[in-house]
Amino acid sequence: MAEVKTVNLTVDGKQITTPAGTLLIDACKSVGIEIPAFCYYPGLSLQGACRMCVVRVEKMPKLQTACTTPVAEGMIVTTESEEIAQSRKGILELLLGNHPLDCPVCDAGGQCELQDMTFKYGASGSNYVETKNHKEEQQWSPVVFFDRPRCILCYRCVRVCGEGMDVWALGVQNRGSSSVIAPNGGDHLDCEECGACIDICPVGALTSGAYRYKTRPWEMNHTATICTHCGDGCKTTLGTRQDNAGSEIVRGDNRDKSGINGDFLCIKGRYSFDFANREDRLTQPLVRQANGKLEPTTWEVAIEHVGKRLREVRQTRGGKAIGVIGSNRTTNEENYLLQKFARMVLQTNNIDHHRTADYPALLAALGGAANKAASLRDFEKAPAMLVLGNDPTEQHPALAWNIRTNVRTNRSRLYLANHADIKLRRQAKAAIEIPAHGYGALIRYLAGQESEFVPNDTATKFREALLAEPELVIAFGSEFRGRDLETLVAWALTLPNCKVAALGDYVNSRGAADMGVLPDFLPGYAPAAEGAGFADEYGAPLPTEPGMNLVQMMDAAGRGELGALYVVGSNPVSRYGVEPAVLANTFVVVQDMFLTETALLADVVLPAANLYEKSGTVTNTYGDIQLVKKASDTSGVRTDFEMIVRIADKMGARAQSMVPFGKGLRADLGQSRGAQSGEADRHAVWLAANNYEPKLSPFDPFATFDEIQRLVPSYAISRFELFSGADKAMRTDLVQIANFPADRADLVLPANDTLFTSGTLGRYSKVLHEVMESRETSPAETAAD
Amino acid sequence: MYLVSHPDEVKVISFRFGQGAEQIDKYIELGGYEQARRAIDMGPEAIINEVKASNLRGRGGAGFPTGLKWSFVPKGMDRPKYILVNGDESEPGTCKDRPICEYDPHSIIEGTIIAGLAVGAKQGFIYMRGEYRYLLDIMDKCIADAYAKGFLGKNIFGIEGLDFDCMSHSGAGAYEVGEESALMESLEGKRGVPRIRPPFPAVVGLYGGPTVINNVETIASVPHVLRLGGAEYAKIGTDRNGGTRLFGISGHVEKPGVYELPMGYSLRKAIYEVAGGIKGGKKLKAVVPGGSSTPVLKADEIDVGMDFDQLAKAGTMLGSAGIVVLDETVSIVEFALRTIKFYQHESCGWCIPCREGTDWLKKTITRVYQGNGVSKDLDNIKYLAENMMGRTFCPLGDAAAMPTIGFITKFRDEFEAFLSENPPTPGLVLQQAPNLVQLAAH
Amino acid sequence: MSTPTTIFSAELAARLDRLVTLYPVKRSALIPMLLYAQDEIGYCSDAVVAEAAVRVGITELDVRNVLSYYSMLRQKPLGKFHIQVCTNISCMLRGGYEILEHCQHKLGVHENKGVTPDGLFSVEEVECIGACCWAPAVQVNYDYVEDVTPASMDAAIDKYRQLARPQ
Ligand SMILES: Cc1cc2nc3c(=O)[nH]c(=O)nc-3n(C[C@H](O)[C@H](O)[C@H](O)COP(=O)(O)O)c2cc1C
Ligand code: SF4
Ligand code: SF4
Ligand code: SF4
Ligand code: FES
Ligand code: FES
Repeated sequence: MAEVKTVNLTVDGKQITTPAGTLLIDACKSVGIEIPAFCYYPGLSLQGACRMCVVRVEKMPKLQTACTTPVAEGMIVTTESEEIAQSRKGILELLLGNHPLDCPVCDAGGQCELQDMTFKYGASGSNYVETKNHKEEQQWSPVVFFDRPRCILCYRCVRVCGEGMDVWALGVQNRGSSSVIAPNGGDHLDCEECGACIDICPVGALTSGAYRYKTRPWEMNHTATICTHCGDGCKTTLGTRQDNAGSEIVRGDNRDKSGINGDFLCIKGRYSFDFANREDRLTQPLVRQANGKLEPTTWEVAIEHVGKRLREVRQTRGGKAIGVIGSNRTTNEENYLLQKFARMVLQTNNIDHHRTADYPALLAALGGAANKAASLRDFEKAPAMLVLGNDPTEQHPALAWNIRTNVRTNRSRLYLANHADIKLRRQAKAAIEIPAHGYGALIRYLAGQESEFVPNDTATKFREALLAEPELVIAFGSEFRGRDLETLVAWALTLPNCKVAALGDYVNSRGAADMGVLPDFLPGYAPAAEGAGFADEYGAPLPTEPGMNLVQMMDAAGRGELGALYVVGSNPVSRYGVEPAVLANTFVVVQDMFLTETALLADVVLPAANLYEKSGTVTNTYGDIQLVKKASDTSGVRTDFEMIVRIADKMGARAQSMVPFGKGLRADLGQSRGAQSGEADRHAVWLAANNYEPKLSPFDPFATFDEIQRLVPSYAISRFELFSGADKAMRTDLVQIANFPADRADLVLPANDTLFTSGTLGRYSKVLHEVMESRETSPAETAAD
Repeated sequence: MYLVSHPDEVKVISFRFGQGAEQIDKYIELGGYEQARRAIDMGPEAIINEVKASNLRGRGGAGFPTGLKWSFVPKGMDRPKYILVNGDESEPGTCKDRPICEYDPHSIIEGTIIAGLAVGAKQGFIYMRGEYRYLLDIMDKCIADAYAKGFLGKNIFGIEGLDFDCMSHSGAGAYEVGEESALMESLEGKRGVPRIRPPFPAVVGLYGGPTVINNVETIASVPHVLRLGGAEYAKIGTDRNGGTRLFGISGHVEKPGVYELPMGYSLRKAIYEVAGGIKGGKKLKAVVPGGSSTPVLKADEIDVGMDFDQLAKAGTMLGSAGIVVLDETVSIVEFALRTIKFYQHESCGWCIPCREGTDWLKKTITRVYQGNGVSKDLDNIKYLAENMMGRTFCPLGDAAAMPTIGFITKFRDEFEAFLSENPPTPGLVLQQAPNLVQLAAH
Repeated sequence: MSTPTTIFSAELAARLDRLVTLYPVKRSALIPMLLYAQDEIGYCSDAVVAEAAVRVGITELDVRNVLSYYSMLRQKPLGKFHIQVCTNISCMLRGGYEILEHCQHKLGVHENKGVTPDGLFSVEEVECIGACCWAPAVQVNYDYVEDVTPASMDAAIDKYRQLARPQ
């Protein structure tokens, strides 16, 4: 790598050495000198508009703006002096002259940069006696409100929307003191509704419809957790407030920016938490009565009933007559526990979930290679990127953001192959269009294999350019599965410094696969047939024959061969278009937030907590493992984790064998484990070896996380960092899949969500609904563009 | 518009005025395009040296030495270079580019060609303020004629491989667009918001290419610099202020008009002799010497030579050489209000101190002028203006602050009169500016 | 090259077709394009904005951002003859405000940019139009009327009224 030139300068008497080209404001920040700034925003274009960042640079006649001045050798800079303070105070006074001084009721009060600076520089608006301009606050979209008098025209919103989002929905109109931020629809916004403009607004001019005036920032609790929607797994900070039904989320934002998503959140991560407070949210267990109706009952009765019926089916028809369908949105601990429950307690491998990417094939193809799986973070710095299939703008908004940012700020080269004219094409250095079913042929062509792909000039150049890249990250959509995926990964492994990522659809789709919510794989992709190790650990025999996949289970149900179906956080009836009659002779238990199509057919419906109401970990589609923290509460509901443990308990399984909690937990299992009796409690040994305390509650998901870390080598990541909020990449090098069947049915069914949908869950989000409706009626949509 | 004349005039750029030189044949007959042809043989270095020797300084207002500006353009040809002629003329009190465009338009084209030859540009743009539509039409015809004669286009003057294109461009009403970087933005089809500098236009300008930006009068002077020779041209003016300028004398004088006078000519003589003295024999109160942004001179401060340096010494500026003469009847407060009203209207709004500062100045001066002022307003006017000085993104902020500071310091008594029990009656400026009245009515 | 559907006359459409080709980037044509379109249509209507956006290849929002910046470009129709009275310093000193008031009074339009009921005239107070030495000055559309007196203003108004008469 080329030597980076450095420059020495003096700031407030401190010697600083920084790379040449650094802006003074950033150089100062690196040594802890914070220069006030309204219009400067790292990564966005420079403005020099607010004049707050002025500093004195020796030998320059005027004060200089630190946000536009690059460092220079020998520069001598003063950042605080009477003259500078006066200049900044003058600016603030001008702003305050027109700005409403009602901070106590402003939505940004307590989080306002103008308020902070006014305090610091002792400015007041009292030099001006004219009445302030007051204009009505405007609603620009279901989520964006604009209060013009508060706007200080820093243009951050305009830039983040244009440069950051590539949406360009905000502009500046008129001039002089009539200048105003304007939305592209005249009086409304037609945009991706990501809310980045709101997040970036330093004052309370742009605010969110979702939480406006509901509460004051300092009255909220803030919890940083992971968005429950797509497979990117953004960190979102949820602001909650106590209410009579628990604690309610009133806003989502991204102010801490410590997450994998940097500055980004899409509409779903920012606003679509509203499903939690819906009127029709289930808060009582329902059991189908003799009259055929689902009626509310107590938890005790409902769980007892489920336990009893499942036990009956297991006893009379065996585990093979029971099916389990897991979720894309439950935690790793829940997924792990669910498969453990299925295999150990229900004695079945009939466990599956709605699969949205062929992760087993990916891990098999990687063959234990280290550092070949791309993290979401790799897309913010890789010098070259290849996106095959998918439409990241709609389906992986955070990935799309990273790609755009990387292209914009690092001039990364983006290569694109798609059957549709997707939006990222605007950032692409090279793009080729292929038929919808041409991905297999394309990858064989790229890999230099025999292929029916007929390359034209563009394609030839595309391939040559790719092969010449010294470093590349590849993201591919669900178009690639099975053999095509294998070809793709095998090719990628031949390229220098190449990493790959499979794009699956939901927050923990990857986790569901990693945790063995599959009929043929145990956690960590141990083939079901080789489950001996787990049987040993679980202290119970496990079925070794691969189970039925989701489709086979439904077929079996249709044939009357499925005695019971346990559905956790999933809506297969809607997703797979299952006829109600199919499940008529199956005892169906559903854990969900709402009476979904599947829940309507159930015999027992258990009201479940959502991802924002629980703790644990999730793994995004790239394999980045992150911590989920409980933000809110809804009274009456239970986590899936707790429900699984309690059902297992009712089925006669000991809670301690499900969840390794308490001390000396294996001690009393000695006799039942025959040959191993007297053997040391391996879990306790592991805990001790790692300096961890045993968990004390059977409902503590971190007890299960202990077990995952102990039994799934690829999840042996630093929990210190994980628990302090960092994302840790799953260790693909510790996954070895021997004899991956070439003809394995991948069963991938892409969700095809858009920016404004999110499977069944999305249908229960008012904000997503409103946005969809506003777009349907918006005339600007049809106008020429 | 009409021509005026005075014996003290030294007709260098105006020598063809009124002789039909907008016709290309007449222009050629009067020696037109000879200098462009000569410049080809001279080569870049010699042209720039000649311009440097002439002490020609920018006529747009800032007075930057033209030869020096051209020499900043990097040699070599990796990016297209451009000549951009600034015909946005919008500074109140200034109407001196107009006669050039009307009476000697080819001299602008010829100057553009010479500038192009000097820096290696192959394209010139002549940006005209939108209001000058009739001049744009004249210019377009002249450009077409010059193409027809082979002075523009491919192989100009019949020289194989020597190309130069030139076109006109219309603005649409914005003073700030006269600022050179905002001018480039405007020509690129954007809002007239200035650019961050550095990089300077000579290095990264229009479409990212090195760009020379000169005022119409500067460019039109260039052929004359070559015609007379740099040294001769310099001799007409004063030290470091070469040649002549078109002075527009307006306001309360008997014979307002645009006069070509040598640099350094006495301001007093310009008013009392050239322009025929104060209208109606009234007494002089004050003079704004170089367009509305230049600080006012009191009646006893006009014994000064009009060049960049002498006026700077007198605490004001030569600016665009638009001399506005105020007789004893003028209310300075009204004049100051009309001035700040202009800057408030024309601020592009990009930066806070100018956008908000001009707005508060206008509001505060309005209130004082209405007789609703309070005593701290006068200090506050000065405070506001001083807080703008040197702190705005582009010089428009200074252009608004400087004259205001001048008015309030030199004529504070007139402002104070409006705070008294019996304030003077305000003039029409208030009644005719409903926006001002509304504001104050709150 | 030419836009398939246009709201402009054939001449103007052809002129605009050419205009975008003259610059290194199409967008450079935007401001003159809007002005010429306004000359023909009377103002920058939504349809003008839409067509300009297509012609230079930017969003309508972007067109409006630019359009709203320039004071000659308007988003509402004005009189067929738009009387722009300069009241800036040089004109003010020589009676610019009196001329403005005279025009408003004579035509009965009292707010800035007011239009006469017959749509023939509108009156606007404008900033310096580059006629300071021939003050007070007025522009009617693009025509200069200089050294204006109330009487010469009346004559000018009558002249335009004549012009508007069908022959
Ligand atoms: C607010 C503002 C308005 C200006 N307007 C004009 C103008 O209308 N015409 C002009 O030639 N220069 C104008 N200038 C000066 C230009 O920025 C620039 O200095 C000039 O065009 C350079 O040409 P010159 O060196 O030949 O003077 C203006 C500057 C400012 C700050
Ligand atoms: S709305 Fe907010 S972010 Fe946008 S310009 Fe105004 S203050 Fe800045
Ligand atoms: S990009 Fe995905 S993870 Fe991020 S906020 Fe949007 S839906 Fe949530
Ligand atoms: S000083 Fe600032 S607001 Fe004023 S014109 Fe210049 S950039 Fe625009
Ligand atoms: S932060 Fe530097 S000018 Fe705004
Ligand atoms: S001041 Fe009226 S034309 Fe210049």
